[in-house]
Amino acid sequence: MRTLRLLWIGWLFHMKMLTRSAFNFVLGIIYPLFFASAAFFMFRAGDDPKPLLYASLGAAVMGIWGATSTAAGAAMARERWTGTLELLVAAPVNFGLVLLPVTIAMATIGIYSMASTLAWGWLVFGIPIHIGDPLAFFLAVPATVVSIGALGFLMAVAFVRFRQAWALGNMLEYPVWLISGFLVPLTLFPDWVRPISWALAPTWGVSAIREAALGGAPYADIGAALALGVAYTVAGVLLVNRALRAARAKATLSLS
Amino acid sequence: MTAARVFFVGGLISYRALFGWLSPWVFIPSLLVAPVFQILLFVYIGRSAALESDEFYVIGNGIQYAAVPCVFAMTNIIAGERHQQTLGSILITPAPRLPLFVGRALPVVLNGFFVAAFGLVVGGAIVGIDVPLSSVPAIALVTAVSAFSCTGLGLTSAAIGLVVRETAVLSNIIFGILLVFSGANIPLDDLPGWMSTLAQGMPFTHGIEATRRLADGDGLGSVGGLVATEALLGFAYAALGFVLLRVLETHSRKHATLERA
Repeated sequence: MRTLRLLWIGWLFHMKMLTRSAFNFVLGIIYPLFFASAAFFMFRAGDDPKPLLYASLGAAVMGIWGATSTAAGAAMARERWTGTLELLVAAPVNFGLVLLPVTIAMATIGIYSMASTLAWGWLVFGIPIHIGDPLAFFLAVPATVVSIGALGFLMAVAFVRFRQAWALGNMLEYPVWLISGFLVPLTLFPDWVRPISWALAPTWGVSAIREAALGGAPYADIGAALALGVAYTVAGVLLVNRALRAARAKATLSLS
Repeated sequence: MTAARVFFVGGLISYRALFGWLSPWVFIPSLLVAPVFQILLFVYIGRSAALESDEFYVIGNGIQYAAVPCVFAMTNIIAGERHQQTLGSILITPAPRLPLFVGRALPVVLNGFFVAAFGLVVGGAIVGIDVPLSSVPAIALVTAVSAFSCTGLGLTSAAIGLVVRETAVLSNIIFGILLVFSGANIPLDDLPGWMSTLAQGMPFTHGIEATRRLADGDGLGSVGGLVATEALLGFAYAALGFVLLRVLETHSRKHATLERA
């Protein structure tokens, strides 16, 4: 119960902080629309018969990863800059449980982008917003957000030793957009890429959202996304415990 | 003589300062790896949409990604100085403004050229496009002109930074506009008329088209008009940026808004 309260309050506080940032809000909504617009124009002008709704749903989920990758990479560095990292590490709870809701809040901000991309596609490009299985869709979206947030958590702790972790997070934005099947079917990639795609929760998340919207079978994809989210969380907690032990022993937490 | 010193020495110090901050841990992921993946992303979207050849996207995105070093770095000449609380000290100096600001643009152009060239070479090699060796010098020239042109736009953006605080948002929006409008990913004929008309006044549009024609075997002479237009746009944006810098500098002194923006 105490853990759930910690996760809930941590998520709520960071959501409030992130929604008060003009940078996050404006950029989170507008920036992904440029990529979505480029993709819509390309699919509209191209010869491929895939419906524009396919591109619209993929572009919409791109915003969730876009909101998470750079910000999550910098999550620990930001606490370091503001001088709160030591306080959070010293708190009588596992530090991983403090950091996890932060990255999930970052992914949640991506829902603004998702909604605005779908609305943009509808208003400007005439792409109908059709949801074949509303229940599955409303399960798939939070499952995708949580699993992407968990991936961000794993990134945040993996980059703990890097002062410029935001740049590494930023670097991973395009690769995940590319190989998670947001706009490109996985079948177009070389065989060796597919196992990497399968290990990424966004792959299953976007597939679940697409299946739910197009009336397919999304529940296995939802389960896979959540399972990967749990795996990322466990790996992240183990990693952060190990990193903190080393940082305490060597007095390197602040990297100063 | 003073102006030349401000131009070259100021530009050199600014270049060193840029790389003092832009350590390999930032430079490699942001300016070398990211453009290659942007190229791959649009190459694969292009294949998925069955629209244009791989070469089309390699050239379009390779050059368009120069917007990151050119626009962000130029905009940062104001925002970065404000952040470090040195903007007032710079603007109070009697140094002539033209060499002061244009000198800072020179390393940005060089950096933008390098980033675009790296993206073109590595992206092209990964995807496997064929470009005649004889076209490479001309492509390098057009790439440099495109980087200059975008740096001119960056100077305009830097001037706006005197009155706008969220310069990172502004730079990202400029990057996004260039991504959609410049013909990097969508043939101008497939854009609505007003968009392709606006694109004629933006950096990269003519540079990208010239580079594509050079890669297809055309000579530099046949794309001379496009290259000249790209260069002219660069001068026009740089001039606009410089005038805006002077006007907004005066405005910020008058209304004491230099640190407030």
